[in-house]
Amino acid sequence: MNAVLHLAAVSRIHGEGATEVHALRSVTFRAHPGELVAVMGPSGSGKSTLLTLAGGLDVPTSGSVWIEGTDLASLDNAGRARIRRTSVGYVFQDFNLIPALTAAENVALPRELDGEKGRVARRLALTALEEVGIADLADRFPDEMSGGQQQRVAIARAIVGDRRLILADEPTGALDTDTGEEILRLLRARCDAGAAGVMVTHEARHAAWADRVVFLRDGVIVDETGADEPEGLLAGEVGR
Amino acid sequence: MSIRQAMLAILEQGPMYGYQLRAEFEQRTGETWPLNIGQVYTTLTRLERDGLVEVVVDEVAREVAGHGGVGEPLSSDRTHVSYRATEAGRGEVADWFATPVPRTQPPRDELAIKLAIAVTLPGVDVGSIIQRQRSATMTALQDYTRLKRSGRAATPQDSADLAWSLVLDSLVFDAEAEVRWLDHCEARLRRAAAELSSPTRSTQRDGGVAR
Repeated sequence: MNAVLHLAAVSRIHGEGATEVHALRSVTFRAHPGELVAVMGPSGSGKSTLLTLAGGLDVPTSGSVWIEGTDLASLDNAGRARIRRTSVGYVFQDFNLIPALTAAENVALPRELDGEKGRVARRLALTALEEVGIADLADRFPDEMSGGQQQRVAIARAIVGDRRLILADEPTGALDTDTGEEILRLLRARCDAGAAGVMVTHEARHAAWADRVVFLRDGVIVDETGADEPEGLLAGEVGR
Repeated sequence: MSIRQAMLAILEQGPMYGYQLRAEFEQRTGETWPLNIGQVYTTLTRLERDGLVEVVVDEVAREVAGHGGVGEPLSSDRTHVSYRATEAGRGEVADWFATPVPRTQPPRDELAIKLAIAVTLPGVDVGSIIQRQRSATMTALQDYTRLKRSGRAATPQDSADLAWSLVLDSLVFDAEAEVRWLDHCEARLRRAAAELSSPTRSTQRDGGVAR
């Protein structure tokens, strides 16, 4: 099965010389359609770096990042930005909604930036809000919503336009237990419907919603649960 | 001990025979703590000896189960009789619910014992013990979570389903606590190793940063 996301022997070094930090050391990682993968590790283990590289927000020092068969290094900035808008959805701990825009406008934004007509973008946004169960809140502003509702808007924004890679950075971090579980249920449902999800979390209870849990230590994947094959053995393979 | 009281408590619902009692127990707890039927009848016999339950002859059950045809009013075949809680039995159940489960004598925790021994022995790779255990516990946690989001725990229809989902939650919280404890052990051991090696052995690594 073709991976939606493939990191091939990816390393990322911050700084140089005496102060250089190896955030990731030759990490190979895949996320397939229909799969939710959790990444766990203490702070400084490289899990956020992995996510920003996967989302094309940062560039590896060596190795390559493939999204739906495209090597991000083969794209210019505009091309990477396009992939981010069309293939990748990001969900953050603190929601990152634009306060001056309504829920529907926040969700429609990536589609509009991609050149979609306003009316079409709004229709797509309403479909996405419907999927996360808050179509009735479409015209509310973020500060008129609870944290859980705001995170639902953020998830709608991440999936609008049928994007197939969802990257979530501690998506339940700012939510209470029950609300957090609802968010996990949504991510899970999206992956069950065919998307690939990668979720960084430090909570074992939340990671347990994933099909696979990857443990990072000092920039290296030290172990994983639920793997069909030891991914590390395929470190030399590129692309697919 | 708790099995005895749990069985007694379930009998407050009305007379039951052993298989029924076991089914009622498992309805609430899944197969988390499987009861074998011999254990159920042994416990019932002891409860009867102690005057906490009494035998009731269940004519319907006898007719259904008694394919051998005849039988004296009180068959020695215990599977054909029901039990009900006595007044004393109900008192015991009330006491059970009124008394907290003691925490003064924690049950033996094999993992804590294993790590406690391992950290004191030279040549044992505690880090890999921790990592292997974390993966195993995480896998169990994934299984519990799968059970929680599908099946009767996900959409409880009655109080027994709700009970089962709470038992699953208990397993989830236990496993989560274990993973957190393992993370904590790992961090503590790393720090201890750094403190032990920094004054004397900082030159072993080239460019080793002292503190």
